[in-house]
Amino acid sequence: MATHAAFMPGAKVEAPTFWGAVASWLTTVDHKRIGILYGSSAFIFFLIGGIEALIMRLQLARPDNTLVSAQTFNELFTMHGTTMVFLAIMPMSAAFFNYMIPLMIGARDVAFPRLNALSYWIFISGGLFLHVSFLAKAVPDGGWFGYANLTSHQFSPTHSIDFWMLGLQILGISSMLAGFNFLVTIINMRAPGMSLMRMTVFIWMSFVTQFLIVLAFPAITVALILLMFDRFFGTLFYSPAAGGDPLLWQHLFWIFGHPEVYILILPAMGIVSEVLPTFARKPLFGAPVIIYSGITIGFFGFGVWSHHMFSVGMGPVADAAFSITTMLIAVPTGVKILNWLCTLWGGSIRFQVPLYFSLGFIAMFTMGGLSGVMHASPPVDLQQTDTYFVVAHFHYVLFGGSIFGLFSGAYYWWPKITGKLLDERLGKVHFWLMMLGFNVTFFPQHYLGLIGMPRRIYTYAGDLGWNFWNLVSTIGAFTIALSFLVFIYNVIKTTRAGKVASADPWDGRTLEWSIPSPPPIYNFARVPEVQDRDDFWLQKHGDGHGGAPRPRPAPVTAAEIAAIHMPPSSFWPILLALAMAMMISGLLISMYQVIVGGLLTLYLMYKFAMEHHRPADGHGH
Amino acid sequence: MADHAATHAVHDPNIGNTGLDHRKMGMWAFLGSDCMFFGSLIGTYLAYKGKSISGPTPHDVFDIPLTSYSAALLLASSLTMVLALAALQDNRVKVAAWWLLATAAMGLHFVLNQVYEFWSFVTHHGLTLSTSLFGSTFFVLTGFHGAHVTGGVIWLLLLVSLAWRGKLDRRDYTKVEVAGLYWHFVDIVWIAIFTIIYLIP
Amino acid sequence: MIQQPRTVARLVKRLDWTRLGLLTAVLLLASACSAVGWNWDTPMSTVIPKSDFGKVTHDIFMLISWWTLGIFIVVEAALVYACWRFRERPGAPIPKQVHGHTVLEISWTIAFAVVLLIIAIPTIRVIFKTQEAPAATALRVEVHGKQWWWEFRYPQQKITTANELHLPVGQTVSFQLYAPDVIHSFWIPQLGGKRDVVPHRVNHITLTPEVAGEYPGQCAEYCGMSHANMRFRVIVHEPAEFEKWVKAQQAPPVDSPDALAQQGKTLFTQSTCVGCHTINGISAGHIGPDLTHFASRKTFAGSLMNTTPDNLTKWIEDPAHMKPGALMPNLGMKGEQSKALAAYLLSLK
Repeated sequence: MATHAAFMPGAKVEAPTFWGAVASWLTTVDHKRIGILYGSSAFIFFLIGGIEALIMRLQLARPDNTLVSAQTFNELFTMHGTTMVFLAIMPMSAAFFNYMIPLMIGARDVAFPRLNALSYWIFISGGLFLHVSFLAKAVPDGGWFGYANLTSHQFSPTHSIDFWMLGLQILGISSMLAGFNFLVTIINMRAPGMSLMRMTVFIWMSFVTQFLIVLAFPAITVALILLMFDRFFGTLFYSPAAGGDPLLWQHLFWIFGHPEVYILILPAMGIVSEVLPTFARKPLFGAPVIIYSGITIGFFGFGVWSHHMFSVGMGPVADAAFSITTMLIAVPTGVKILNWLCTLWGGSIRFQVPLYFSLGFIAMFTMGGLSGVMHASPPVDLQQTDTYFVVAHFHYVLFGGSIFGLFSGAYYWWPKITGKLLDERLGKVHFWLMMLGFNVTFFPQHYLGLIGMPRRIYTYAGDLGWNFWNLVSTIGAFTIALSFLVFIYNVIKTTRAGKVASADPWDGRTLEWSIPSPPPIYNFARVPEVQDRDDFWLQKHGDGHGGAPRPRPAPVTAAEIAAIHMPPSSFWPILLALAMAMMISGLLISMYQVIVGGLLTLYLMYKFAMEHHRPADGHGH
Repeated sequence: MADHAATHAVHDPNIGNTGLDHRKMGMWAFLGSDCMFFGSLIGTYLAYKGKSISGPTPHDVFDIPLTSYSAALLLASSLTMVLALAALQDNRVKVAAWWLLATAAMGLHFVLNQVYEFWSFVTHHGLTLSTSLFGSTFFVLTGFHGAHVTGGVIWLLLLVSLAWRGKLDRRDYTKVEVAGLYWHFVDIVWIAIFTIIYLIP
Repeated sequence: MIQQPRTVARLVKRLDWTRLGLLTAVLLLASACSAVGWNWDTPMSTVIPKSDFGKVTHDIFMLISWWTLGIFIVVEAALVYACWRFRERPGAPIPKQVHGHTVLEISWTIAFAVVLLIIAIPTIRVIFKTQEAPAATALRVEVHGKQWWWEFRYPQQKITTANELHLPVGQTVSFQLYAPDVIHSFWIPQLGGKRDVVPHRVNHITLTPEVAGEYPGQCAEYCGMSHANMRFRVIVHEPAEFEKWVKAQQAPPVDSPDALAQQGKTLFTQSTCVGCHTINGISAGHIGPDLTHFASRKTFAGSLMNTTPDNLTKWIEDPAHMKPGALMPNLGMKGEQSKALAAYLLSLK
């Protein structure tokens, strides 16, 4: 049990030894540390995915290029997509869920702290498992979407697809466990007075995202199980010779895959919905509408999946139905942009780096959304699908949208997390380089798609008119890379000698700004009582109608702090994650490893469950 | 108002601001997810129904009396689960343990019936995972359900063991209730599978 | 500690990065808007359609493009304007805390929905129109997409060919699409949108080419190692020319008197070539392309290479070297053998 004396102001805490520090991170159940773990891991994977992209762009810079082989290129685009979706954007969003959700709802931790740690360790083992494929010289090469029946044993005889298939299963488990955790946290651990509609919009978008995760991932879990059984045990799910339908894979994959893209974008939309009001010094315009739009998108996001399949020949009725549902869902997505615009309108806008990235989000996501509307029309889509036009579209929404949004969150919450402010000037350099590089890379790809350049090709003939803009796109990609170097430099410089941040450097509106930077382990010395969505702002500035600011609560007493109980560290999560990794990777090595790993997993699950059953200090629960 | 919430939280950290236990809520979230899981598997079965090129048909192999008995077992086991919880609520731990054991035993019987069913399909009818689409979809769907039941049986036996060792009492009601929720879910999924796969022609 | 060069440090500090960034953005936008470098009349262009199918979908594309361009301009301009007009002035008070405006929000929601309706109506109409059953007078072509080449069969004319699709201008053609191995996608950009070929099902696409010419096509669904090399050519003829082509394809294979070609023919009939390839009257293999009139095609190997003696010889000697993953095995043919085979194939006009 954590010693309460350590929380007392002025208490002496011994600096940990190196191995002591490592052990404390490996056994942490503190949501803030887990958030930092997710964020750093995600960033490293993001860089790996970025290098994969740079190599691809080098190969495509000239026609008939021979920088990499066809096999290598196919592996690169598979790993780039898989890495960016599952190992970069999702865990980066998870970093913010972990760190910020408890802070913004006035809680001291998540509902299941050890389960939270378990999610992280399972995620890391999944990411590492996928990358072990490089060492095993069996890198996945079926595309991030792994269409059957190319992925069958007949057409993909090596272990490459197995690594991809099992890696995604591991990652799916991690995401779902975290989803259960955050759902319960958000529903059940809000501060007194915080009704659902008083939750700030980032929490709402995260809330909808968790529902999407727990309801969409089972579809890909089943799709992958069917593939696994086909590849390992001879079932016939995707076997055309036996009457199986390769389109079954596509349906199951996209029933997951479409909600997945909302999983990728909603957190970033949530971040932008926090940053804009803070820097415009006005509340979010139409916050309830943005919340309802988010819920609507979450709900109807399950009804549009076959717009990824307009070219497979589903027939005119299905094509028309999915076209209509896709256009319908554009409405709640699109009106949010106008709400954000109106948040800025009439404000007093302070141009600081977090805002830059949120503005970039709005500008770029608008473009990506509009090209998406084009895809919603099947006749038009038949020319655009599987070309660089759709590559441009999804990079505008996932990079121009999610990545810009996530960087906005990074700069915004960096002072809260680390106690230091990232350098403003370097941040602006990062922004403009990234904005420039991003548009130079991806805007020409709309054109390339419209003049017929298909996707997923490792080379192309030189007489089709694609040469110049491919080269330009490659130059853009390296400009993006340069911008990341600036960011990394900023992080290093700030860590060593950055400006110290106060608790509330941006004059924020939400609860996380009411506690120190970085927060103490217990977050809130006293659980706050909330009367409004922008409760903290109202405490500082009043309601703008002449009323006095809400009275600030009385200072916290030492006795209150002494009474706080925080959950102790635990080594069961990391051990259990390792056992699961052992069991699943055993499928590629030997049945004995599967059995031993499986038994170990069961045993460790038991120990995990029993850890706090009848603890010695009598807090029986 | 705030004080009450604060003291309540100190007394039971598992109860949240809705008055519901975190663990129960977490189990409901998991069960929602598991619904989508079984929904996808059942959907796959239905998509491939009647599309097998060769091999035995459902009509050839299904033993409806046996599977009806299995269904009755699971239904009865849900009843004994409820009785176990009622006993635990009154702190009659030994009685609760017997009811939990009965639940586990019926679950185990269900699984053994299923193992027998699978064995007879393979040996008497030549129906395996790779025989046909029917073989693939049937075994994977019912197999995963059976795996869920098996997991539940292990969980219940663990609870029985805790009870016998004096490590389970009324304070652990929510933990057992969560196991109960899971058990009832597994039962309901079987009702769905039994109806859709076995009963509807 | 990373030492920034002093000049770079000073540069970072002194430049007004915001104004510089804005200027760059404006310049880029201006250059993007200019027509320089945006040539639309390219061999695989989708925006200068040459068939009825292509035209009707292009019309919807243009409709959507104009609307989206309009929305884009309005939204981005509003964003830029708001940033400029409402930037913080020194000493400014906290602005009015507006929470929303119901009428405005409802209005723009309805406006957006109306725009989508304008797009949806022709969309639905065209979906159904372009998927109607073709007339009985349509030319029927069966497309078989295989790793990594295309087979074309004309059941009415009893012709089988590979990688080069010949069509008559002005006549409706009804394609039946088959996939013997994995999913591919049949796409001739200048003639319209794509349709996947999916194992275990027959897909359809119907179109009428309206302009004679040559149009490249390419597989547009990732199908393995040489997906990028799974190309084909479409030659749209005037009707008389098409008939000539059909007659030539229906003729028996040329029996060239050339000595080397005869050598090659003998080698062909004695090797495993006959197990995979068909030459009418000589062999009946169905795994690789029909070679009866091989030399009438300007390209081969999934239209990856031009039909020249040099390319053909190199291909025969080591297919996988020319085309990664090629399923044609290396038969160990070298030197005189490969030259003879090449000469034989080149005689099959």
